[in-house]
Amino acid sequence: MSTDVNTVTRADLSQAVYEEVGLSRNESAELVEMVLEEICQALERGEVVKISSFGTFSVRQKGQRIGRNPKTGEEVPILPRRVLSFRASNTLKERVDSGEN
Amino acid sequence: MTKSELIQRIAEMNPHLYLRDAEQIVNTVFEEISSALSRRDRVELRGFGTFSVKHRKARQGRNPRTGDKVFVDEKHVPFFKTGKKLHERMNPDSPQ
Repeated sequence: MSTDVNTVTRADLSQAVYEEVGLSRNESAELVEMVLEEICQALERGEVVKISSFGTFSVRQKGQRIGRNPKTGEEVPILPRRVLSFRASNTLKERVDSGEN
Repeated sequence: MTKSELIQRIAEMNPHLYLRDAEQIVNTVFEEISSALSRRDRVELRGFGTFSVKHRKARQGRNPRTGDKVFVDEKHVPFFKTGKKLHERMNPDSPQ
């Protein structure tokens, strides 16, 4: 289906930091990790993480509801849980839709 | 937490860096993700989540206020799916 889609990973982010900032490769990788880890910790605390011109991550509390095993039709309770939602900024939406870098 | 608070935090954790380095690091991370998405690439960050671009077909929509029919053109929208590990960290008491 979408076979021409490339996948960007941590390694690419580290490479970009390495090229832009002029730190060692090792330290660049550690810093990328640190950035992601700080965001994860804020979300664990239930904070909203707002990155201007990129988007907003927010944590939503979901109540318990009755779900169904689609294969067997059996009713199973879906426990209350916290889910993460990401809302892209208008800047990012426009960049993605126009396909321009 | 805002982007400037994140930058501040990274600078505090790395006293050997200038604030402008921390700023450049954080900006580079988000710029790389943004430019990948604008190429319609996926960004897969294990333990965090995956950013991808979804295609939405053109459709006949309605102005919810007036009820008028409007044509909505096809579009590409950014999408994020939470990683399994992050989801588990946000829900430490739940099984699975």
